Amino acid sequence: MQSFEWPWQYNFPPFFTLQPNVDTRQKQLAAWCSLALSYCRHRKLYTLDVLEAQESALFNNKKISRKLSVEAIQVIFEELRKKGNLEWMDKNKTRCLIMWRRPEEWGKLIYQWVSKNGMVNSVFTLYELSSGEDTESEEFHGLEEWMLLRALQALQSEGKAEVISLDDGKGVKFF
Amino acid sequence: MDRFVWSNGLLEINETLVIQQRGVRLYDGDDKAKLDVGVVLLSTHRLVWRDQKNHECCISIPLSQIIFFEEQAAGVGKSAKIVIHLHPAPTNKEPGPYQHSKFSYIKLSFKEHGQIEFYRRLTEEMTQKRWENTPASQPIPTATASQAGRTRAVGIVGIERKLEEKRKETDKNISEAFEDLNKLMVKAKEMVELSRSIASKIKEKQGDITEDETIRFKSYLLSMGIADPVTRETHGSGTHYHMQLAKQLSDMLQAPLEERGGMMALTEVYCLVNRARGMELLSPEDLVNACKMFESLKLPLRLRVFDSGVMVVQLQSHSEEEMIVSALDNVSDKGSLTAEEFAKLLGLSVLLSKERLLLAEKMGHLCRDDSVEGLRFYPNLF
Repeated sequence: MQSFEWPWQYNFPPFFTLQPNVDTRQKQLAAWCSLALSYCRHRKLYTLDVLEAQESALFNNKKISRKLSVEAIQVIFEELRKKGNLEWMDKNKTRCLIMWRRPEEWGKLIYQWVSKNGMVNSVFTLYELSSGEDTESEEFHGLEEWMLLRALQALQSEGKAEVISLDDGKGVKFF
Repeated sequence: MDRFVWSNGLLEINETLVIQQRGVRLYDGDDKAKLDVGVVLLSTHRLVWRDQKNHECCISIPLSQIIFFEEQAAGVGKSAKIVIHLHPAPTNKEPGPYQHSKFSYIKLSFKEHGQIEFYRRLTEEMTQKRWENTPASQPIPTATASQAGRTRAVGIVGIERKLEEKRKETDKNISEAFEDLNKLMVKAKEMVELSRSIASKIKEKQGDITEDETIRFKSYLLSMGIADPVTRETHGSGTHYHMQLAKQLSDMLQAPLEERGGMMALTEVYCLVNRARGMELLSPEDLVNACKMFESLKLPLRLRVFDSGVMVVQLQSHSEEEMIVSALDNVSDKGSLTAEEFAKLLGLSVLLSKERLLLAEKMGHLCRDDSVEGLRFYPNLF
């Protein structure tokens, strides 16, 4: 895994202060959202705990001794939620699901792989898709089950797949 | 015991019995009085003692003679007592059982108890001092504090008496002092009325008095804090006084403003102007009102209010864009600046330099870095 490339803002101290100027803030938040998503994608993180996140390298740049306040993190998470990339797991907003790719996008990727390999009309178990040998080189390899399910459900609503129950879990048939 | 007078023991008109207690022996100071055991009666006006066996033998003392009293607890073989300290007898005192006594206190010895209740009632009566309100019909010799005057202090009693007197003096002084204040306030009201009437007369007779004098008089009024009636009627368009003042300020402030880069906080202006004037100082109100007139009088100065509420006077030629651009240059030059650093760089006050940086941030040229290290401004690279 190559090391993560931080964007220029990450080393710019004002990046860690919530800007009062509205226009400046919009640009700042957009930069934070894309940084958060690409960081999570790089580390294959699917959930985040707010307090842990505050101490993680993402929101805490030790080199310039700057870190985001909890308040600022909440603002960024709210932005992500509005964009559909984040979902709170609890009412107190301490843990969240981070979808650096939305379910529909995952679904599309999976379907592309399925049709590319001529495997439409086959049945797969969820395990095969996320952890099978055949999918090792695919981006969706290692996808957590809840995310995979959502992706397949998205395909289902598009009529391209159907989630079925198998003896020892769930599976999917592609059309 | 020489304060007592013979009495018939009958209550006078307006005098009421409060409590009585039998089995009481009197003491002259520490010595037993040459009287037997009797009944002690407390009334609203007096302390009366009557021999239990011989009812003819009856003596009394007015409560006003009592300075203070205290309890003396019972001991082995000794009854509880109340010790009563007395003022010296007045010269016109009626005859009593004792012509003379070396003690200025007596004791009531309660052989049959009852001292607690008696003490309580005595305290009440001494607090209420009902004898002062309703003098009994027969003249009772009273010794008030003022008559007693400077008596020879004897031990603790003397000290306490002195303290009491001091307290009364202080009380009196304070009341007197505030009396003066009340009088002053009454006078001040008259003065204000007077000056108001003169002011309105001036207004009427505009032609007879020179403008100079009118202005001078108005400035006196203003310095006393009395609003000029003319101002009230013409609110907004200002008065001659403020207009003149505005012109004066504009002349006075040109040079200092240029020195300071074209902008000064209103507080700085206030200090500068009043220091220069020496006498006939300006009130903050006047200064603000005069400054508000700069624009309408087409003077080359402007009063400006920032978002934060800070008020400044600036040269009209002072261009805000130029300032912001130069601020941006300075910040870019140094990478980042705090308000203090910026102030030092430009020779401005910290307050004004912060305002300038905030303005640049508002325009989107700068962004801020707020951390434990302080507030810094960076060029807005976003």
